Amino acid sequence: MEIMIAPTLSEQILSHAAGYPVRAGDVATVSVDLVMMHDSLSPSIIKVLHEELGAERVWDVQRVAVVIDHVAPASNIQTAEKQAGVRHWVRDQGITHLFDVGRGISHQVLVEEGLAQPGLVIVGSDSHSTAYGCVGAFGTGMGTTDIALALATGRTWMRVPETVLVRAVGRFRPGVSAKDLGLRAARILRADGATYASIEWHGVDFLSIGDRMTLATLSIEMGAKAGLIPPVGPAASGFRVPDWLAVQAGADYVRTVDIDLAQLEPQISVPHYVDNVVDLTELGRVAVDVVYLGTCTNGRYEDMAAAARILKGRKIARGVRMLVVPASSEGLRQAAEDGTLSTLLAAGATIGTPGCGACIGRHMGVLAPDEVCLFTGNRNFRGRMGSPQANIYLASPEVAAATALTGYITHPQDVLER
Amino acid sequence: MARVWMFGNDVNTDQIIPGRYAPYMLKNEQDLRKYPFVEARPDFAPNVAPHDLIVAGRNFGCGSSREYAPLALKMVGIGAIIAPLFARIFFRNALNLGIPCFTADLTQTLRDGEQVELDIEQGVILTERGMRIELPAPPSFMREIWSAGGIVPYYRTYGRFPGTQRV
Repeated sequence: MEIMIAPTLSEQILSHAAGYPVRAGDVATVSVDLVMMHDSLSPSIIKVLHEELGAERVWDVQRVAVVIDHVAPASNIQTAEKQAGVRHWVRDQGITHLFDVGRGISHQVLVEEGLAQPGLVIVGSDSHSTAYGCVGAFGTGMGTTDIALALATGRTWMRVPETVLVRAVGRFRPGVSAKDLGLRAARILRADGATYASIEWHGVDFLSIGDRMTLATLSIEMGAKAGLIPPVGPAASGFRVPDWLAVQAGADYVRTVDIDLAQLEPQISVPHYVDNVVDLTELGRVAVDVVYLGTCTNGRYEDMAAAARILKGRKIARGVRMLVVPASSEGLRQAAEDGTLSTLLAAGATIGTPGCGACIGRHMGVLAPDEVCLFTGNRNFRGRMGSPQANIYLASPEVAAATALTGYITHPQDVLER
Repeated sequence: MARVWMFGNDVNTDQIIPGRYAPYMLKNEQDLRKYPFVEARPDFAPNVAPHDLIVAGRNFGCGSSREYAPLALKMVGIGAIIAPLFARIFFRNALNLGIPCFTADLTQTLRDGEQVELDIEQGVILTERGMRIELPAPPSFMREIWSAGGIVPYYRTYGRFPGTQRV
């Protein structure tokens, strides 16, 4: 008798997109619902599309989103000229969705715009395209050639991934948040623990879509092809969940990791690898030059608000620069409307144009040799944000705010209790 | 003969090409060939020769989706990359560009700087020291993509993607 094993979320979505039931390990052609491309790779994607593939038009002008976020606004004549070329191409193709300088980071914007929906297959020219898992979409990052092929055909090929289950129980203690859960998982699974696999994050139904995106974006830092949060709980209510998409009992997981949120301490990722994670309490005294709050992992309104709650009525330490780069214009607007922004400014922080900012080390806060940065982003690779002699520590927005107040990496509880 | 360039575990795409050296940031995109491992291993780009091999530890190419990381390695003529585990986006990008990647751990077998010869078709490495190393055979669709010269010529030849197709 054949034993029926229930499909994982990835298997459900890829079966739907393949048009027949697929299982982990199968190689299948799947239809793509949405292609995201950003300014950094768009010039080369457009070139491959037209010059190498010989395609004249994208397959569907309504299912392509072009976002100018990586170097926004342009930093020099080269990038300005290439962005101008991308805008011209978008007009010429008649592509519906262009999100230009200042609208924000692709992943956050596509969720805010309702383009990312549960059950879709979304491919993006950015490794953090796992982000779309925050709404229960199968989001994955690809390079120039794969994106050009998807633009030309509306399809791509996939090896259907196995699934690693990360199961959270309990609730966070004060000063601990989704970033700490994500970094804890990276500490356990390591940088290659989910390579070729997808991660499902269970037990996080109480989290906001933003916090779910923190987990989804960090999934790639464990090597994952996708990072899915089941589209249930209050935050998922505004999304269109297809009736065929749900966690099923008896699904096959290659590995299960259990994390008790009530026991979780703030986690710090120490240079120069994301999975080099310790409890903040084990860290010792680390003085910082820069506190940087931003990125698709932790640059949203709720991240700014979490920092503002700690910074309210206080001043950041002398000698520390605090840069806040909102993940989107919508987040910035919300922060301006409810006073979060004025709290940050009054504390001594400065605000950048919504977008990727200095995350890729190209502009807007590049680090000097020997500088130390406490970063709410997702990568602390050597040279990532500028000088290869700089040191980047990854942490939550709460730790970022506490650190800005003292000038060294600080537990949020230590400044809240004073 | 070709030279072995040995690397450790978790080599990320920021080490292969820092974001600041992306074609997007360069006046002349052909300059990309000057920058593989520009900071992580400055002796690489000036000395690498066509057909040289990269032999690395686990999780080679982790990080960004930037295809210009494997593209820079293709531009300098890297013959193959051999590692026990590849990060998936890098692996796919390298496959798409037609760079052979073999899944094997040779970090304890070969030495940095040693001269070897790789027979891609047979999947065999012969070293100057007289060793013969057989590489595990990649799935046939990968060989087909390499032989076509990458996924673009593959798609243009066969009019389809690898794997089962019903959509």
